[in-house]
Amino acid sequence: MEEESDTRKINNSFLRDHNYATEADIISTVEFNSSGELLATGDKGGRVVVFQREQESKSQPQRRGEYNVYSTFQSHEPEFDYLKSLEIEEKINKIKWLPQQNAAYFLLSTNDKTVKLWKISERDKRPEGYNLKDDDGRIRDPSTITSLRVPVLQPMDLMVEATSRRVFSNAHTYHINSISVNSDLQTYISTDDLRVNLWNLEITDRSFNIVDIKPANMEELTEVITSAEFHPQQCHTFAYSSSKGSIRLCDMREAALCDKHCKYFEEPEDPSTRSFFSEIISSISDVKFSHNGRYLMTRDYLTVKVWDLQMENKPLETYQVHDYLRGKLCSLYENDCIFDKFECVWNGSDSVIMTGSYNNFFRMFDRNTKRDVTLEASRENSKPRAILKPRKVCVGGKRRKDEISVDSLDFSKKILHTTWHPHENIIAVAATNNLYIFQDKVN
Amino acid sequence: MREAESTNLNVLIVCPGLISKTSCDMEVSVEAKRIMVVALGKLYSSRTQRGGLRLHRSLLLTLVMKSARDMYHEAQTTAESAAPGCKQQQQQQQSKGEVATEPTGVQTELQGPASLATGNPRTLPGEEVVCSPAELRRDAENKENLCPTQHSRKRRGKAAVEPDFLPCKKAKLEQQLIVNSVLLDYVNCSSELGAHPTPMPLQRAIAAC
Repeated sequence: MEEESDTRKINNSFLRDHNYATEADIISTVEFNSSGELLATGDKGGRVVVFQREQESKSQPQRRGEYNVYSTFQSHEPEFDYLKSLEIEEKINKIKWLPQQNAAYFLLSTNDKTVKLWKISERDKRPEGYNLKDDDGRIRDPSTITSLRVPVLQPMDLMVEATSRRVFSNAHTYHINSISVNSDLQTYISTDDLRVNLWNLEITDRSFNIVDIKPANMEELTEVITSAEFHPQQCHTFAYSSSKGSIRLCDMREAALCDKHCKYFEEPEDPSTRSFFSEIISSISDVKFSHNGRYLMTRDYLTVKVWDLQMENKPLETYQVHDYLRGKLCSLYENDCIFDKFECVWNGSDSVIMTGSYNNFFRMFDRNTKRDVTLEASRENSKPRAILKPRKVCVGGKRRKDEISVDSLDFSKKILHTTWHPHENIIAVAATNNLYIFQDKVN
Repeated sequence: MREAESTNLNVLIVCPGLISKTSCDMEVSVEAKRIMVVALGKLYSSRTQRGGLRLHRSLLLTLVMKSARDMYHEAQTTAESAAPGCKQQQQQQQSKGEVATEPTGVQTELQGPASLATGNPRTLPGEEVVCSPAELRRDAENKENLCPTQHSRKRRGKAAVEPDFLPCKKAKLEQQLIVNSVLLDYVNCSSELGAHPTPMPLQRAIAAC
């Protein structure tokens, strides 16, 4: 017995000291809420962790609103579909916040099959002085009750509770890849590989299918839906991206079933870059409207593109994220990295866009100055208050001192999920099981 | 010279000795083949993955396979057109039941389609690479029925026939079937009233096409 516990102690400290991440801790989504006060992360183990920004204090101006853990809860559990003999992963695919309408916070979280609405609320008072039970909850002996009293709310230590308010299930045959809340704040869409469903936040037993691209004969399937998002201002407009590299804009006023798009965005393929993997790398992994609603941003394996909603035949801007990988597609295909789905984000003013890459690098592109920067999220480079140093990948020829060569890149360290504060220059970057929060330099 | 007994199948008789591929085409062929093998491996391992088959990933893999197959065919065609002596064989690809001029390769090759036509579930050994998953399924079904002698009859030494990847029309059909049956499997697994996927006997599938 003693030996066993010794082994366990050794194993635990070994695991802790060597930073072996358990798979359940891998962060699978990050999202700021609409005020930027809260930051939510979801992980592969089905947990949601919400961080809250500290109030800025005048006495300590250098501690500019740091984020601390506010609430942690288990959103989804692993399930088993007995009919199809399939396990349903508890991994949180997406979290979307609802804009705050009262003291409580609401967010939608989804795994592959089920969307849940969670209410996060604070409790800092509790009623004391019940008549029929005492403060510990024990029932009082009726014979000892001699008078009536009114319970009084007394202050207590702050408690943050998360309660599941709605469960939206049984609407998706395929795996949910995205959810998006409408600007009307009453409906939202959930999207799987072949269908987009419209829900009312109040009604859980019914959803409307608004896009269905499933062919009558599955053998004729050529493309799937990879992401969908509502327009930030127009409550009747949404866009969805496909694995073929196209984006469709749909207007819900035209018909109940939005199979006919009103705009179709696609850039013709450049025949000179055709390879075995052209289809895979042109598949769009993320689509995001700009905050002003005039542009769309898409991410495929090697590039980020900004589209003007008024121009369908080609993107307005194309940014190369890591073009040096173009010659390595075969090995990236063999080690599965070519299937990685990177996300992209706008900053609050739509002037800068950001996306992740490998080796824990992430890239920012300034749309106005056309300058770009590569930064790294790693423990060694991220001492508190340290300024991030720009990184550079050496693509050929002589490697300079600070550069890293393509062959030295660690492809197991990938940044798929990032988010940008809606108003300020604060970003959150998920690197496997670590969350990095970076802020603008304080003057 | 024996005519191929199969009437359903068009067979490309390839004679390695005569075809001289350019090194570029060779590279493309080798790469295409490797990509297809890897794709098949990934498709089959994804069945046991947690969370079930991922439609998007499966679709991308099948597209890569088709892309590799098409590029391989292209490379083959350019290689063959570069070697005029083999044009005859290229034509045979289109016509049914014609016979190659080279005797060595032919006998063993023709046994392949003949055996299939008679319902014997063995593929041409040259197509092992592509057909192995289909083979696996058939083997699972017919384990008791296969007798060992059939194995030895079909296996040829490397010295006898070189091409280990025959781009005949039959291979194309099989690939399509493999690919489509994986998607069908997914549908069966995912649909509300789905039945468990059953291995599709190859002969029946070819007849259906």
